[in-house]
Amino acid sequence: MILLGRVFLALVLVFLYAPIVVMMVMAFNASPLYQLPMEWSGRWFVALMDNRRLLSASGTSVGLALATSLIATSLGTLAALAFARYTFRGRRLLQILLLPPIAIPWLIIGTSLLVFTFWIGLPRGWPALLVGHVALALPYTVILVGARLAVVGVELEDAARGLGAGPWQVLWRVTLPGLLPGIAAAAAFAFAVSFDQFVISYFLAAPGTSTLPVEIYSAIRKGFTPEINAISTLIILLSMALLLMVARLYRFGGSR
Amino acid sequence: MRCRLAILGLTGPAYLWLLVAVFLPLTAMLYFSVLSETPLGNREPVLTGEHYRAFLEKSVYRDLLWRSLGIGLEVTAFCALIGFPAALALSRAVPGRWREVVFLLVVLPFWSNGLVRTFSWTMVLGAGGVLDRGLQALWPDAPEVDLLFTRQAVVIGLVHAYLPYMILSCYLALQAVDDSLILAARGLGASHWTVFRRLWLPLGLPGLVAGSVLIFVPVIGAFMEPRILGGPAGTVIGTVIEDQFTQTFNWPLGAALSFILLAVVLLILLLAYPLRQRLERVT
Repeated sequence: MILLGRVFLALVLVFLYAPIVVMMVMAFNASPLYQLPMEWSGRWFVALMDNRRLLSASGTSVGLALATSLIATSLGTLAALAFARYTFRGRRLLQILLLPPIAIPWLIIGTSLLVFTFWIGLPRGWPALLVGHVALALPYTVILVGARLAVVGVELEDAARGLGAGPWQVLWRVTLPGLLPGIAAAAAFAFAVSFDQFVISYFLAAPGTSTLPVEIYSAIRKGFTPEINAISTLIILLSMALLLMVARLYRFGGSR
Repeated sequence: MRCRLAILGLTGPAYLWLLVAVFLPLTAMLYFSVLSETPLGNREPVLTGEHYRAFLEKSVYRDLLWRSLGIGLEVTAFCALIGFPAALALSRAVPGRWREVVFLLVVLPFWSNGLVRTFSWTMVLGAGGVLDRGLQALWPDAPEVDLLFTRQAVVIGLVHAYLPYMILSCYLALQAVDDSLILAARGLGASHWTVFRRLWLPLGLPGLVAGSVLIFVPVIGAFMEPRILGGPAGTVIGTVIEDQFTQTFNWPLGAALSFILLAVVLLILLLAYPLRQRLERVT
């Protein structure tokens, strides 16, 4: 039974990773038509360096992800502090209100933001993208920082207060340092959410300010070349590295 | 009083942002869905329920919604059939240290770029793709496999995209089960099948329900996977909504269809919530 279970699990992992590996290997195929057998080459990665559109889209994506990460983590940390340190009327309702950005299909969030920004006269592009990305990342940052707050507890803060520290001193010298792993994980996660986000960006990006996933999508629909494999390989490696970082900070799942 | 001020200051910024980014836009879209036309230029739209009526009267949209729901059910069923045993194997057949590694391997692709993962299936499923070549290498007379731009391709891509959700939520439910319970059942002579049917399945049910909801909801709103892997065969309610906003610019119709989809989503969440609570009370 045990062996059967392990074999099955291994097959599931193959199913999950095989297409990604194939996609990555094809990035090194010299043939623009993905012809087999493989002829190894790094030319598509070199070609990336000259692709202005993809380079500028990468710049937009990274900048947007950094801004999203900064804002979502700050707002999320504040809200998580309120949930962890105070009990108040409407607390449960506020926690439930964090769910819509996760539970409503992105298609609907994206199109409604498009309608709304059009209505209030905000043009498509950076500001609209930032509004959407932060909203998507925010619930996760509240949850990640909140989980850390639950671990840290209030004892150290009480002790510091008992020893005569003022509220700001407690915040800066005790609460925030203790929270740091949670904040770092939330920031990395928010970065990944924004960097990988396609649906919302697709509706809100203006032609000049496309993000990387939007550019890749239009390239895929036009007919694809190994250049897309090359940039996709880089993207997937970056997001996996980020998430490994989050996992290291959290060690979720395993036995403690 | 100071306490109130602190709470307001701490939660205010986050919820103000959500208000502007999610709740006001949904309200705006509700308004757009009852307009007669997109208010571009100097056109004067009037209020109307025609787009909702179009959904009720034209079978095209109804059929599309049914199609999306059908794909949603199929994807959810496959995820449950693969994900539940995988979660069970992960929680019982893998020793401690390895469990953490495998768990991470399962979630890692899930949080990484969905568009890229969908794209990667185009390398595998098409004629001359890896699947086709591989089969022919093993069995030279194999018929050509060309799954790209079919409904099956859409289902495969979506199962790949959402399977980790199911493994994750079932694992969380199954991991909590006490080993001694299983040992007792085995010791009293229960077969593997009986243990699975009478213990694992009911105890994992809350995870199964949660996973199904988490998968079904985004799948019926999917448009990118059907577009890339399904081509013309992948027309679903999601791709039609996308068309209204990016191709035909009939925003009111797109908004109305979005709200009908949202209503379906809310209905599912409302049905699932009490079910899950009852299950949790029982187990």
